[in-house]
Amino acid sequence: MDMKRYRPIGILLIFVICVQLVFTLSGTEYFLTQIIMAAYYCLVILGLCLLMGYTGQISLGHAGFFAIGGYTQAVLTTINLSSFADSGFVRFLESAGILFRRTDLYGEEILSFSPWIAIIAAIVITIGIAFLIGIPVLRLKGHYLAMATLGFGMIIYTIVIGTRFLGEADGITKVPPFQLLPGIVVCGKMAHRVANYYVAWFLVIVGMIVALNLVHSRVGRALRAIHGSEEAANAMGIHSSKYKLYIFVLSAVFASVGGIFLTHYNGSIGPSETSVIKSVRYVAIVAVGGMDNLWGCLFMGILLNFLSLRGVFGSFDEVFFGLSLIVIMLFAPHGILRIAKVQELIAALRELPAYIKERIGKKKKHERHTA
Amino acid sequence: MSFEIFLQYCFSGITLGSIYAVVAIGFNIIYNTTGIINFAQGEFVVLGALCAITFSRLLIPVLPFALAMSIAVILAVVITTFIGGLIEIVFIKWINNPTVLRLVIITIGLSFLLRETSLHVWDEKVRALKYFTGTEVSSISLLGAHFSPQVLWVLGVTAVIVIGLGLFFRLTLTGRAMRACAASSNAARLCGINIKMMVTISFMISAAIGALAGCVTSPITQTQYNMGSSLAIKGFVVAILGGLGNSFAAVGAGLILGLLESFSIVLLPNAYRDVVAIIILLGILFFKPSGLFAKKEESALKEF
Repeated sequence: MDMKRYRPIGILLIFVICVQLVFTLSGTEYFLTQIIMAAYYCLVILGLCLLMGYTGQISLGHAGFFAIGGYTQAVLTTINLSSFADSGFVRFLESAGILFRRTDLYGEEILSFSPWIAIIAAIVITIGIAFLIGIPVLRLKGHYLAMATLGFGMIIYTIVIGTRFLGEADGITKVPPFQLLPGIVVCGKMAHRVANYYVAWFLVIVGMIVALNLVHSRVGRALRAIHGSEEAANAMGIHSSKYKLYIFVLSAVFASVGGIFLTHYNGSIGPSETSVIKSVRYVAIVAVGGMDNLWGCLFMGILLNFLSLRGVFGSFDEVFFGLSLIVIMLFAPHGILRIAKVQELIAALRELPAYIKERIGKKKKHERHTA
Repeated sequence: MSFEIFLQYCFSGITLGSIYAVVAIGFNIIYNTTGIINFAQGEFVVLGALCAITFSRLLIPVLPFALAMSIAVILAVVITTFIGGLIEIVFIKWINNPTVLRLVIITIGLSFLLRETSLHVWDEKVRALKYFTGTEVSSISLLGAHFSPQVLWVLGVTAVIVIGLGLFFRLTLTGRAMRACAASSNAARLCGINIKMMVTISFMISAAIGALAGCVTSPITQTQYNMGSSLAIKGFVVAILGGLGNSFAAVGAGLILGLLESFSIVLLPNAYRDVVAIIILLGILFFKPSGLFAKKEESALKEF
C-alpha cells in the first residue's frame, strides 16, 4: 500500500478545516453555502473526469444522471401515501421502517419513503439506467458518442419538463431534510451549515479516494491503455467494452450521489439541473481542470462552481463557460494546471517544505557550532 | 382518423422535415470537406432568423413590403455567412492536429458563445418574422386539409437549396475543388487546391444555408435565442439517418423524421415529441450507423 498517495488528501482535509475556521471566525460563514453546493457539483465532475480523462469517452449527458438521482430522491421523499395508510402493504412498510411519517410546514401529515431507502432506490435506478444506456452508447466513438449522450440528456430534460408527476417546469419542492446521524442533518438551515460543509467534503473526499485508488490500480492502467488505443488494448487482452461500461456506470453513480445530496440540501430540484447547459458546464470544467488530472478537476470544479454560484460572472455566466471551453482546447488542451509556467510554480511550491527544512537544519547546525 | 386529418399531419410532417433537412445539409457540407460535425449549426439558423427579424422591423416602415423583406433576408444571410467564415478563421483554421474530442468541445463552446451573444444582442423574447405572403390566418386548402402559404415557401426554398447545391458541387470549379477535398485532402493539395480556403468556404456556405432556413421557417416555428441546440440535434439525426455527408439522402431522411414526429402526436403526449427524434437517433446509431441510404462500401471509407 502506497501511503504517499494519501498525503494530498490529508493536506486537503487540513485545508478544508482551515477554510471553515477562517470563514466562521471572520463572520463570513455565508460563503460556506456556495462551497457546499460546489462540492456536490464537484462529485459529478470527478466522475466525468474518470470517464473523459482516463477512458477518453465524452459524455454530454451527465446532468441527466445528476437529475435521475435528485429527482428519484425528491419523488420518493415527497410522495404522500397517507391516503393508503390503512392498506395492509403500506402498514407493513411503515412498521418495517421503510416509510416514515412527518408533518410538513402546514401541519399536514405526510407518509413517505425514508431518505435512506430513497438513496438506495435512487442509486439502483441510476445504475440500471446507466447500464441500459451505456451498453449501446459506448459502442460509439467521437462525434457519434457526443451526440448520443447529448440526446440522452435531452430525453431526460424532455421527460422532466413534460411529466406532471415530476413537477414539469416547477420541479419538486419541499424535499424534507435528511437526518444523516443524530445532530447531522442535510438541509439548507443556517444552524446546520457547518455540519453540511463537512458532509459535503466527506463525500468529495470519499469520491476522491475511490477515484485515486481506481486510477492507480491495474484497472486504471487498463483505462489509460483504452484511451491510448482501444485496438491495442484489446490485443493486450483488456476487455475494453467492459471497462468502459463499468466506468460509465461508476461516473453516473458519482453524479447521482451529487444530485441526491444537493436536492436535500436545497430542499428542491428543478428542470434546469437537467439542461444541456449544465452538462456542457461539467465538460467545460473537466477540460479546464485538465481531463486526466483528478486534482486539477477538483480544484477547478470547486473554484469555478463557487465563483459561478457567487454570481461573479453575472449574466455572462454561460459565455464564460463556453469561452473557457474554446480557449482551453485551443491553447492548453491539457488544462490550466499543465501550462509550463503554472507547472514551474507548482514545482517550486513542492520544493518549499524541503527548502524550509534545509534552512532550519542549517540554522540548527549553525547554532550547535556556535554553542 | 379521417383522411383530412391524416393529410393535415402529413403536411405538418413535410414542413418540419424540410426544416430538418436544411439543417442536416449544413452539417453535411462541413462534414464533407473537414470531417468536423459542427455543433453550432443550429445557432446559424437562429442567428439568421433573428437578424432578418430586426432588419425587417427597421425596413418595413420605409420600403414596400416585398422589397423590405427581401433586403432583410439577404442582409441576414450575408451577415451570418460572414460570421460563419469568421468563426472558422478565428477558431478552427489554425489547429494543427485536432482530435475529434477537441473539435467536438470547441464547436460546442462556439454554439454556447453564439447563443449567449444572441441573448445579449436580442433578448429571451420569442419573435417571428412576418409571413412572406399572406398572414397567420390565410390558408390554402387541398383535399380538405389546410396549410399556410409559408409552407410552400419552406418547401420551395428547400428544393432550391438542394438543387442549387447539387449544381454548385457538380458544375463550378470551387464546388469540384470542395468535393476533391472530401475525397482525399492530400491528393487535392497536390493538385494545387487551397484546402484551408475550401474549409472556410464550406463554413460560409453552411452558415448561409442555415440562415436562409431560419428566415423561411421563422414565421411558422417562431424564433428564440436558445432554439439552436434542439434544431442541431434534429438536423444531426436527419444527417445520420440519411447517411452522413449525403445531401439528397438528407432530404429523404428529413421527410421521414418529420412525418414520424407529426404522427407521434397520435400515440404520445405533445410534450414528448422531441423524444421521438432522439430515440430514432439512438436506434440508428446502434443498428445502422452508416445511415438508411448509404452503401456499405462508401460508409467503410468514412471516419466517424
